[in-house]
Amino acid sequence: MLHTLAALVENHPGVLTRVAGLFARRAYNIDSLSVCQTDDPELSRMTIVVNGDDQVIEQVRNQLNKLVIVHSVTDLTAESVVDRELALIRIQVSSETRAEVLQTVDIFRGRVVDMGRTNLTVELTGDVEKIDGFIKAVRPYGLLEMVRTGKIAILRSET
Amino acid sequence: MSMNEGKKELTGAAILLEALQKEGVDLIFGYPGGVLLPLYDALLDSPIRHILARHEQGVVHAADGYARVTGKVGVCLATSGPGATNLVTGITNAYMDSIPLVVLTGQVVTSLLGTDSFQEADITGITMPITKHSYLVKDAREIPRIVKEAFYLAGTGRPGPVLIDLPKDVLAMKVEPSPADINLRGYQVPGQGDSAKIAEAAKALSECRKPVIYVGGGVITSGAGGVLRQLAEKASLPVVTTLMGIGCLPYEHPNLLGMVGLHGAVAANYAVDDCDLLLAVGVRFDDRVTSGLGHLFATKAKIIHIDIDLAEIAKVVRTHIPIVGDARLVLEELLTVLEGFTAPQVADWWDQLHAWQNYYPMRYDKDRLTPQLVIECMGELAGKDTMVITDVGQHQMWAAQVYPVAKSRNFVTSGGLGTMGFGLPAAMGAQIARPNDLVFLITGDGSFQMCIQELATIAYNKLPVKIVLLNNGVLGMVRQLQKFFYGERYSQTDLDGNPDFVKVAEAYGIRGIRVDSYEQVRSAISEGLKHPGPVLLEFMVSRDDDVLPIVPPGKPITEMLGG
Repeated sequence: MLHTLAALVENHPGVLTRVAGLFARRAYNIDSLSVCQTDDPELSRMTIVVNGDDQVIEQVRNQLNKLVIVHSVTDLTAESVVDRELALIRIQVSSETRAEVLQTVDIFRGRVVDMGRTNLTVELTGDVEKIDGFIKAVRPYGLLEMVRTGKIAILRSET
Repeated sequence: MSMNEGKKELTGAAILLEALQKEGVDLIFGYPGGVLLPLYDALLDSPIRHILARHEQGVVHAADGYARVTGKVGVCLATSGPGATNLVTGITNAYMDSIPLVVLTGQVVTSLLGTDSFQEADITGITMPITKHSYLVKDAREIPRIVKEAFYLAGTGRPGPVLIDLPKDVLAMKVEPSPADINLRGYQVPGQGDSAKIAEAAKALSECRKPVIYVGGGVITSGAGGVLRQLAEKASLPVVTTLMGIGCLPYEHPNLLGMVGLHGAVAANYAVDDCDLLLAVGVRFDDRVTSGLGHLFATKAKIIHIDIDLAEIAKVVRTHIPIVGDARLVLEELLTVLEGFTAPQVADWWDQLHAWQNYYPMRYDKDRLTPQLVIECMGELAGKDTMVITDVGQHQMWAAQVYPVAKSRNFVTSGGLGTMGFGLPAAMGAQIARPNDLVFLITGDGSFQMCIQELATIAYNKLPVKIVLLNNGVLGMVRQLQKFFYGERYSQTDLDGNPDFVKVAEAYGIRGIRVDSYEQVRSAISEGLKHPGPVLLEFMVSRDDDVLPIVPPGKPITEMLGG
């Protein structure tokens, strides 16, 4: 099962290596990893999507917490969260297929950010299922290139 | 009048040595090199004592031995490139056994970092998985803070090695040091355990019929031997130890069943398997104890696990009452809370345990020259403050089974990593740490040769280590496994070409005595103990002596051979 962990880590070079190294040597299965700044200049925020059962995830959390550079780890999986991902997707188009593709883009509320004679690039944000769904829908036309950020997530407010 | 009056500029090297002194360091083990020239120059003006070993592996194992017998943070120093990479085995060894070390390595000048320069190695990258934390110092002003943090991290919580990589220009630059304000927001040290859980544990203890306390290195680290003894005696609880826990109770204590696991005592293994309550303290359910079969370990028991490291709890076995905290503090509270409960009814359980102990005693020949006999004799002739250091192999297991260790921090062995070669330099470090206590090194001909160059350090520093070399001419433990499980197909376990070890010792200026008959054992050991300096006692033993009992690979610990 996929779990989403949010970790606050120190904002230093080498921190990413430590976390990645930990995952590699213990063979934890990373589905995606996204890192960004926070309002605190000393801290970065990592959103890690890990595949594993409850016991494995418990171990992942505890091992991450052990790292001196990790300040806290929260498992967002069971919580009420807003999660999003951004994707840039280049799709092959011809004069026959362009209109259909543009319709699909519209349905998914994506935006065309680049146009070529035989391709167009779409920017799409949404939860992971929506991105997956769009890719499935446009794959038959020809997926030329794709870049995804990986999931980021934030807890919904209680009040 | 200058605005900077009173503010002093120092070199990074001088700042480092001052910072070490502030941490109470009066001794470091090291080996110089090009990038460390600024530091070695500054050392000449420092009161810190430097012990020069003969290989960086010796340097780090010595610091490790020093730390194990004192509980202090061991400090070692090596140069960049090959000097640093030679430390890797020793750092891994300390990491696996949770030993507090601060490892200082020289590094090429900052402008050359990442350019494959002479004697450059990315030691912080290489040691990332085997250090508790590490630092690459880019600015000498940071040194006071980094040193203070490093010592704090190494020596608190679950101890471990911390590396500080020091580029040559950082050591040479002249700066005004910044204050040592540590900033470790991501690090907490567990102390007292959760009182509710401790109360739950006390209740479970009072209600059980067949308890076992399973203790290891964590009990030694936290100094919990005293309270463990009180608890065991008060509630009549049997105790089994891991290899790392030996010494937490004196050898002859009536509640001690012995070592548990692959080469453990039969009574200990049966007790764990049959118990209805397992109080695990400062242990990690390692595969040498569980045989890698966590789901078959203590299956009838309610498991209480007390450990300072949350990540160890529920890692291997299902845990009913997890308690994160310092072993000594938690046991002290447990002991107090237990006052409010009746003691467990364990008379029948003890009858069973005694029956197992009587039916399956540790057996070995005492009428010929066996390794066990030698070790037994050593124990009879030496005092209770004797430290026993071992290398790795059959001799290590015999030492664990037979030597009567009296106190915590008197038994030093490479447990988690099982590093051959650890013994001689660790014995060196132990003797320097406690110069008034006797040090025995028990080693084999395989292990002894791996760091044999440290005989020079021992001789030069006149360290009166008594080296007991159990020479059987083979790589014993591996050979035994080939004997039992590979149809006696001995592949590469004959140590052909062994030198005359007595001659080697004498070449280093160390007294050497060879024993090849049973009658000479006692007198040889006595003579060695009387000799005022280091001595090598070489015992020619048979290659066919086996470590028993032994749990075959993949079998649960109840299925022992030769028990």
